[in-house]
Amino acid sequence: MLQFLIRRLLAVIPVLFVVAVVVFLILRLTPGDPAAVIAGNSATLEDIANIRKSLGLDEPLLIQFGIWFKAILTGDLGHSFYYRLPVTELIGQRLEPTFMLALFTIVLAVMVSVPLGVLAAWRHGGWLDRGLMGFSVLGFSIPVFVLGYILIWIVSLKLNLLPVQGYKRIGEGFWPFVSHLILPAVTLAVIYIALIARVTRAAVSEALTEDYIRTARSKGLPEVRVLIKHALANAAVPIVTVIGIGIALLIGGVVVTETVYAIPGLGQLTVDAVLARDFPVVQGVILFFSVAYVLINLLVDLSYIVLDPRIRY
Amino acid sequence: MAIEASPVSQRPSVLSKVARNWSVRIGVGVLALLVAVAICAPWMGTVDPAVMDGAVMNVLPGHSGEFTLLDGRAVKHEFWMGADSFGRDIWSRVLYGTRISLIVGLFVALVSLTLGGLSGLCAGYLRWLDGILMRVMDGLMAIPGILLAIALVSALGASLTTVVVAIAIPEIPRVTRLVRSLVLSIREEPYVEAAVALGTPTWKIMLRHILPNAIAPLIVQGTFVCASAILVESILSFLGVGLPSEIPTWGNIMAEGRVQFNQYPHNVLYPGIFLAATVLAVNMLGDGLRDTLDPKFNKRGSGK
Repeated sequence: MLQFLIRRLLAVIPVLFVVAVVVFLILRLTPGDPAAVIAGNSATLEDIANIRKSLGLDEPLLIQFGIWFKAILTGDLGHSFYYRLPVTELIGQRLEPTFMLALFTIVLAVMVSVPLGVLAAWRHGGWLDRGLMGFSVLGFSIPVFVLGYILIWIVSLKLNLLPVQGYKRIGEGFWPFVSHLILPAVTLAVIYIALIARVTRAAVSEALTEDYIRTARSKGLPEVRVLIKHALANAAVPIVTVIGIGIALLIGGVVVTETVYAIPGLGQLTVDAVLARDFPVVQGVILFFSVAYVLINLLVDLSYIVLDPRIRY
Repeated sequence: MAIEASPVSQRPSVLSKVARNWSVRIGVGVLALLVAVAICAPWMGTVDPAVMDGAVMNVLPGHSGEFTLLDGRAVKHEFWMGADSFGRDIWSRVLYGTRISLIVGLFVALVSLTLGGLSGLCAGYLRWLDGILMRVMDGLMAIPGILLAIALVSALGASLTTVVVAIAIPEIPRVTRLVRSLVLSIREEPYVEAAVALGTPTWKIMLRHILPNAIAPLIVQGTFVCASAILVESILSFLGVGLPSEIPTWGNIMAEGRVQFNQYPHNVLYPGIFLAATVLAVNMLGDGLRDTLDPKFNKRGSGK
């Protein structure tokens, strides 16, 4: 067990290293002088010379990477010329809305998709099953921003039920906070629901063919108990796995959703930074999201030990 | 020989099985329509999609009037979908936008299948390359695809080629993984062992014995890559980091329309409907192909 933990933790290192190399190389792909790119449009020659020196741009590429890598290991993601702030501080400021949106979305998606998937598997081939499969193809196809605008149009503009756009911090009152997050979370949850429901349905219907289900039924267990305690519990590993993998989808969707709903989170920061060609911020946000993604999936892997006692490494 | 051959001839051919699948039929039908629209856009009551006519700014869908071209000629024109805030005809922009979406979808699929296929073949067959190649792919997969694409486009500068490259790169690891796992199972097949025993060179084994047996799952994967590429391209344009805004892409039309979405929602909704329909068609084609082409999926399906 301990050996597995250590091995799994060590496996994260090469992944994160490759991420760092890719993020480092992205800036070097830009035509022109990286120092000038980092310094921004309003920089003086002196600024550029300073950056050039601090990044070691006169040194070979490998040493440049070394300097940069050492900096990020100490938590220094560079400096945004556009916001005139350290990148880590910027990320800290913008984290809350993104985290809340992601949390709402995941909770909503799991609450909707898992019961639907179980029911679809239970009545395999029934109307709910076919409806859910049709919905999931649709959910994969409808672009997040199109759905977002349709929802704003119907719910906010026509029916006047919820605020159109924006974000309120939880300190500004509970209802304003929640009401501003409902539509973005629903928008973002649709593709996630499609994904999780599909996997839940497949995993549960596979579990339902097992002998222990027949045993459970024949000893007279109520069907709900059979479904939840026996079928769903045995289908937990693939479901949790897809929730973890789906985080990548969620992060991509966050960037778009925040733009549609004017939520001042990390996604909007990314877009603004790209438009301003503020590369340290772009690099920092990508690093942040990738590390978060890798760590969440590490947790998912470790959760197998709890979810499936048969797994003993 | 005759005994072995007979079941094959009795089996319905794969193509006829594919052609009888409804998901494939609908997908192909809609896509054929879209290809026709993309090709015939100039003759479908359109004007130059880049020309702005200040006199028709924000006219509503269904308006019928005149459109002034660049050379000052005024032509009679039906504004089926209205005009945007610069006075560009949305019907024309949406139809011409079909071209960009289809081209990007097709080329991203081709590029990522080719590169991912090659690296997957190498990783699966050349064991010394496997470890390092797959670690690189794991790392690439850890970066959320849209973010990587956004960063690549902004670093490379936006053009049709760089957009295709930027969208294809995040797709490559998934294709590599798929092909690698296929190769790992195919290389254990007796016919590959026989070829090895006969002294066939490695590249020939890879191209003649392994690749043909991985084609069907690759095609299925290709359709899903295509659908996601069309989506990502429109997202890049929508966020303003994709192709330059004067180029008519569905994402660009929506990016322009979102500013005054409250008053003129159709600027966003029309291209949105086209985009959703296109992605849906490609996904349905992919689902149908997977059900009919992928033997593993079939076995599971018929077991129930």
